[in-house]
Amino acid sequence: MTEQPRLSVEGGAVLRFAPHVKFRFDEVRRAWIVLAPERLLLPDEQAVEILRLIDGERDVDAVIDELVRRYEAPREVIAGDVVAMLQDLVDKKVLRR
Amino acid sequence: MIPGRMSVGALSHGTPTPRAAVSRGIEPPLALLAELTHRCPLRCPYCSNPLELSRASDELDTATWKRVLGEAAGLGVLQVHFSGGEPLVRRDLVDLVRHAAELDLYGNLITSGIGLDADRLAELVEAGLEHVQLSIQDSDAASGDHIAGFAGAQQAKRRTAHLVRLAGLPLTVNAVVHRQNLDRLGQIIDLAVALGADRLEVAHVQYYGWALRNRSALLPSRDQLDAATATVETARARLAGVMVIDYVLPDYYAHRPKACMGGWGRRFLNVSPAGKMLPCHAAETLPGLDFPRVAEAGLADIWYRSPAFERFRGTGWMPEPCRSCDRREIDWGGCRCQAFALTGDAARTDPACTLSPDHELLTEARGDAAQTVPDLVYRQHSAVPRRSSELISS
Repeated sequence: MTEQPRLSVEGGAVLRFAPHVKFRFDEVRRAWIVLAPERLLLPDEQAVEILRLIDGERDVDAVIDELVRRYEAPREVIAGDVVAMLQDLVDKKVLRR
Repeated sequence: MIPGRMSVGALSHGTPTPRAAVSRGIEPPLALLAELTHRCPLRCPYCSNPLELSRASDELDTATWKRVLGEAAGLGVLQVHFSGGEPLVRRDLVDLVRHAAELDLYGNLITSGIGLDADRLAELVEAGLEHVQLSIQDSDAASGDHIAGFAGAQQAKRRTAHLVRLAGLPLTVNAVVHRQNLDRLGQIIDLAVALGADRLEVAHVQYYGWALRNRSALLPSRDQLDAATATVETARARLAGVMVIDYVLPDYYAHRPKACMGGWGRRFLNVSPAGKMLPCHAAETLPGLDFPRVAEAGLADIWYRSPAFERFRGTGWMPEPCRSCDRREIDWGGCRCQAFALTGDAARTDPACTLSPDHELLTEARGDAAQTVPDLVYRQHSAVPRRSSELISS
């Protein structure tokens, strides 16, 4: 096994959930959850909205465009939040290219 | 083996709770530690299993474990950690993994890696296993085998790691560290990378049960610890995005206690090989608590209503200095088992806290460890003479 270089989240990157990561709705808590190896993430509403746009087809720019359209907020504000969150999840191996 | 500390991260705060439990402030559990057996080929002297090990004849049968899994899912459990002992010694492991997957439970195998071949692993993957956590005892094979008390352990583990990666499963390496291997932490990190681990958990020995018997042989020195912490920080920067390293300072050198299990009866439940339901794998050592058996009561009933789960839940049980501390809902008073092991009273503040009136006990232990390094006492099934302070009330 060789070390993989760290992936930087850029506008053109198309992200998907890593194998063995489950993003699903939990009926007991009535909430979306992310299950990963020995990690459990309980995303808030905003994070859920971003994660539901991660479909293995849209690139990061398209995710940001969609959120800009929904919130009518300045693009750079949304882009900053989205890229920071996605980079964190890539580093945690929850998402990958 | 010591099961990994399970990290519960949140992208943002706020855990939703089901309506039924809201009024009493009890959240549903997140994870089940299913200790299928205490049998294990390894004899690690810091094993987290109790001194009184269950025998094969005491173990729950397949049907009961399946019922436990079903009730756990209904209760809100999301992850199940198949653990032991060595869970691979259970012939029904594939069955249980499949049952968990069918219930949408996220299945994790916590293993020594001994006794896993390609065919069995293929069956586990097909059954829906999501992740493997493999223990290693050292980077050096001779030392690893010595600590495990098993010749050839290190080689078998390397093979298992390779098979897990070939099967496409994510791999966590769990390295329990202590005085006798901490100086090689840099090599241990390199080994975990070479084994293809996505995540390395550097777990300091926690001193109760077998580890408490061996404390003088295992407790690291302050200098060792400082060097290890610096090693982790450097490696984390170098390996960002390649391998995650989980590392927390050990209680004996910390200023504040850990939120053990995220708080008593808050996030985790443990079912022992003989079928007792516990808030953590070591809780059976605590006297005066009647832990219900899953054969006699449902999991939800035990979680929400049993006196044993209520005993140290929340903050109402706390003595000072915890009771008025602004961290009482951060660390939840620390570890009950450590408080009992060190002070004889499970309801005292965890001595790991510098605010604890018993904190001196840790200072003394650090002094003892600096002086002598006795031989290791390996875990074993037969009755062994014990110091009275370690006797378990059952």
